[in-house]
Amino acid sequence: MSGGPGAGAPPDGAPVRAAGEHGLLVETGSLEVSHRLDALLRTDRPAGVTEIVPGPATVLVVAPGAEPGPLRSRLAAAARAARAPDPDGAAPGRLVTVPVVYDGADLDEVAALSGLTAGEVVERHTGRELVVGWLGFAPGFAYLTGLDPALHVPRLATPRTSVPAGAVAVAGPYSAVYPSASPGGWRLLGRSPMPVWDVAADPPAVLTPGTRVRFRAVTG
Amino acid sequence: MIEVVAPGPYATVQDLGRPGYGHLGVPRSGAADVPSLRLANRLVGNPEGAAGIELTFGGAVLRFRDGAWAALTGAACPVVLRGASAGMYAPFWVPAGGELRVGAPMTGLRTYVAVRGGVDVPPVLGSRSADSLSGLGPDPLAPGLVLPVGPSAGLPPIVVDAAPPPGDAPGVLRILPGPRDDWFTPGALAALCAEPYEVSQDSNRVGVRLLGIPLERARSGELPSEGMVAGALQVPPDGRPIVFLADHPPTGGYPVIAVLASGDLAAAAQLRPGDRVRFRL
Repeated sequence: MSGGPGAGAPPDGAPVRAAGEHGLLVETGSLEVSHRLDALLRTDRPAGVTEIVPGPATVLVVAPGAEPGPLRSRLAAAARAARAPDPDGAAPGRLVTVPVVYDGADLDEVAALSGLTAGEVVERHTGRELVVGWLGFAPGFAYLTGLDPALHVPRLATPRTSVPAGAVAVAGPYSAVYPSASPGGWRLLGRSPMPVWDVAADPPAVLTPGTRVRFRAVTG
Repeated sequence: MIEVVAPGPYATVQDLGRPGYGHLGVPRSGAADVPSLRLANRLVGNPEGAAGIELTFGGAVLRFRDGAWAALTGAACPVVLRGASAGMYAPFWVPAGGELRVGAPMTGLRTYVAVRGGVDVPPVLGSRSADSLSGLGPDPLAPGLVLPVGPSAGLPPIVVDAAPPPGDAPGVLRILPGPRDDWFTPGALAALCAEPYEVSQDSNRVGVRLLGIPLERARSGELPSEGMVAGALQVPPDGRPIVFLADHPPTGGYPVIAVLASGDLAAAAQLRPGDRVRFRL
């Protein structure tokens, strides 16, 4: 087998790269297209597919039981469909309102970093709709995109060894609700009484890719 | 019921994991060496996906409170039951109160213990696997822990006397380039295949960390986080590849230069710290 550079890259501009024998990585170029492709594939799942994992610019499809050739063609076609402008305007994902008690340990520091008052930080955080980009880091940990740029603050220099479940935090261009207790380097704005992860539920995650999220301030 | 008298250096309950939840941030997990777990289950008449025990560097002592059929596969260890040797790759009867003493493997890393009926801890998201990355599933085995065994009524009879032991470890793992080999210099794939890499001490169920020729990137900047597959050779900024195993994170932000041939993933899971391994395109 020739293994020159670019051997795993798309041969003819088709947006599908091989990730081993059973994985195909589809280039979408944007989160919006990733979400549309993810939705297309979940609605009409090709035979043999075990995993569909959207990312900011890709969708990974794992299919140990599929014929790679036909699946590759099918994914390329689905990617083209997902890239085409949606005639109805993008079909919006479901909207989830997440209540937050804004008493986080880093609220004042985020205010200082962003040149706002704590009250203004809350206004900015609740003031626009966010969208679940993808999940990672921990089960149920959703990267929420669309955060007000004023709230883009760096992570903590030293991560906390334990952040409680329900902590609502920001880091870089993202916000998140910690699904379970874990170490964490994001800055804590508050806490939500709404569980976002429950292994007994189906699906276990409330915040799935494409879900729209609105934070709402509540009192503790 | 099986009482863990001693778990050895690290032991967990594993089945075939939790496929289908990658988009929710859930690693697949499951046996690191899947063919060995499947074989152990077949030897005792279980469905291939029943939960068994994955030992790391052997060293376990298991007391069977009730009589049960058992079989061991994977890295070959000395196995002693009531003072007599019990072989690997063959089903044997453990009488009630019998204590199974598993020594350390001469080669390989992970040994699988199947018991007829399967280890019957409560499933989480459809699997009994202990996921070392996310913490889902049962805790690692600890002294005094008691593992329930599932019913064996209705299972097919045991029909195999012994399975051939696996051959020598290959020492060479086959890889397929990509999906991000174009992030590396033109010589990086050749460099990956040129000299053996040494397995680092901090390898675990998430991945096999390798010491050797660093792989040089042709592109700077950050790759947007993307889905990862088992067997992926992910290359962090220090250039030293990590071969992803069962508990790998479902997404990652470092480029994957190549992925193991699926048939060689089990061999990668049997690499132990200090082993040397080559890659071949």
